Amino acid sequence: MKKSTASRTIFMIINYILLIATSLICLLPFVNLLAISFSDSAASTAGKVTFWPVNFTTKSYEFIITGGAFFPALWVSVKRVLLGVFVNMVLMVLTAYPLSKTKAQLRGRNIYMIFFVITMLIGGGLIPTYLLVVRLGLLDSIWALILPGALPVYNMIILMNFMRTLPVELEEAAMIDGAGPFTVLVRVILPLLTPALATVGLFCVVGHWNEWFSGLIYMQKTIHYPLQTYLQSLLKNMDVIMRLATTDYIKLLSLMSARTGRAAQLFLAALPMMLVYPYLQKYFTTGLVLGSVKG
Amino acid sequence: MRKFKKQWAYHLMLLPGIAAIFIFSYIPLYGLIIAFQKYNPALGFASKWVGFDNFRHIFNQPNFVRTIWNTLYIAFFKILGGIIVPVFFSLLLNEIRHTRIKRSFQTLIYLPHFLSWVILAGVISDILSVNGIINQFISVLGFKPIPFLSTPRLFPWAMIVTDIWKGFGFGTVVYLAAITGIDPELYEAAIVDGGTRFQQTLYITLPLLAPTIMLMSILSLGSVMNAGFDQIFNMYAPIVYETGDIIDTYVYRLGIEKAQFSMGATVGMFKSLVSCILVSLSYFMADRFAGYRVF
Repeated sequence: MKKSTASRTIFMIINYILLIATSLICLLPFVNLLAISFSDSAASTAGKVTFWPVNFTTKSYEFIITGGAFFPALWVSVKRVLLGVFVNMVLMVLTAYPLSKTKAQLRGRNIYMIFFVITMLIGGGLIPTYLLVVRLGLLDSIWALILPGALPVYNMIILMNFMRTLPVELEEAAMIDGAGPFTVLVRVILPLLTPALATVGLFCVVGHWNEWFSGLIYMQKTIHYPLQTYLQSLLKNMDVIMRLATTDYIKLLSLMSARTGRAAQLFLAALPMMLVYPYLQKYFTTGLVLGSVKG
Repeated sequence: MRKFKKQWAYHLMLLPGIAAIFIFSYIPLYGLIIAFQKYNPALGFASKWVGFDNFRHIFNQPNFVRTIWNTLYIAFFKILGGIIVPVFFSLLLNEIRHTRIKRSFQTLIYLPHFLSWVILAGVISDILSVNGIINQFISVLGFKPIPFLSTPRLFPWAMIVTDIWKGFGFGTVVYLAAITGIDPELYEAAIVDGGTRFQQTLYITLPLLAPTIMLMSILSLGSVMNAGFDQIFNMYAPIVYETGDIIDTYVYRLGIEKAQFSMGATVGMFKSLVSCILVSLSYFMADRFAGYRVF
């Protein structure tokens, strides 16, 4: 017994060391990013910055306010998230509710279900979708970022599974009182579904916030880029953006570099998610568990 | 009469969702027809019919065969690591009894999961660059800096490792949830029989975790054609095409950058078909062997 506790102690020490090291591997890259964003051009170019700023300066952050398109892009992203998630939620609720009914309650339910599920298995892919969006005249419109993914089928199915767990008595009682299906949905079902709606809603928020590719292919004017697409363009063109933003490029370069400027904007863009994700965690795990509720 | 009215309302609710899916999923699916045509933007889907010419042409491209190999190679190791690493860490975390400490570790390793590949690509490119923090340490140790992202031999592994880094926190939470669901009486019985913690892990936790591990492996079969466009697109360069170019990045360059829509659609259709078979197979196997139904 004594021997077992000794080996247990050794194991627990190794275990803690491993877990702390792993946590640091997940955290330190962002500390390094933050340190670079507050360092000056010379220190970052010389590769002297580790986890603390060298020759502290806020020049890179000042640049974000005066040059580049960080804030306009942030505004596009905010609009996109609000509009996109609203469209997602309306379509998901309207689709999931009838599909949560049985075959007897909704004639053709299984055919509808197949219609939606097939799109999870096979799709046209990038090129035909791109050509369609072009044909619809949606280039440079915010709707190009919203309509192609207007109904996220997987999340809709999660929501449908949630709805099926609700007791039918409440719904029947409301029907007997003369409420129609739309009234039942809004007055009875939705209030009971708040946790589920929060879960799928968060999936959609994170999805829209992090999505960058449709901005790249559907927005021709960079002024219409959402934040993530703007960041994507920074990865390659930060020096071009800096050159365009100033009349004295050489002077600007002595204060900040493409690297520090990029670091500042990446950090600023990551910050909102870093602040809220610890609170979102539990919704993501419930969503995961409930997504697998058998239909 | 009442019943009819109710049904009618359900069908009406489904209408917007059906419209959205029809336009943005089924029309692009039909749009794959251009894989059999020589696409002319003026004629659209009525372009000249060329049968299997595009397929013959594309399969004769050495670059195309290369992208298939790269895709399978990168995806395979991502899937493998994406299962082993989270299982390992969930077992380690499970040994920690303090809920608060356990949750702190969970939260920290979960961080990269919530950030977009654009932000992470920016961070990783910086860390792995020649004057990035990893090469700073390598220099301190007296070695020459390693250009990780522009060395063809190392590039796929940089993708595999960073992908596991992004996703393992999420996977760990999934497996930890499965471990929490194990009947505590089994452990009590083992303790009575004098089983050590290690034996409990080996003979109780792991075997009972096996179905979840198998389910996750089966479900990931559907993603062997997806080597991670978002990640690779934001980190690769022509110098590593030979090992890093995957089907999706190839389609993008062919279809969007070079505007060879028919060729892009041909490759996309090939990928779509193979994926469809694999996803269907994985859903079938998940149902058959793990009793898991997605819908």
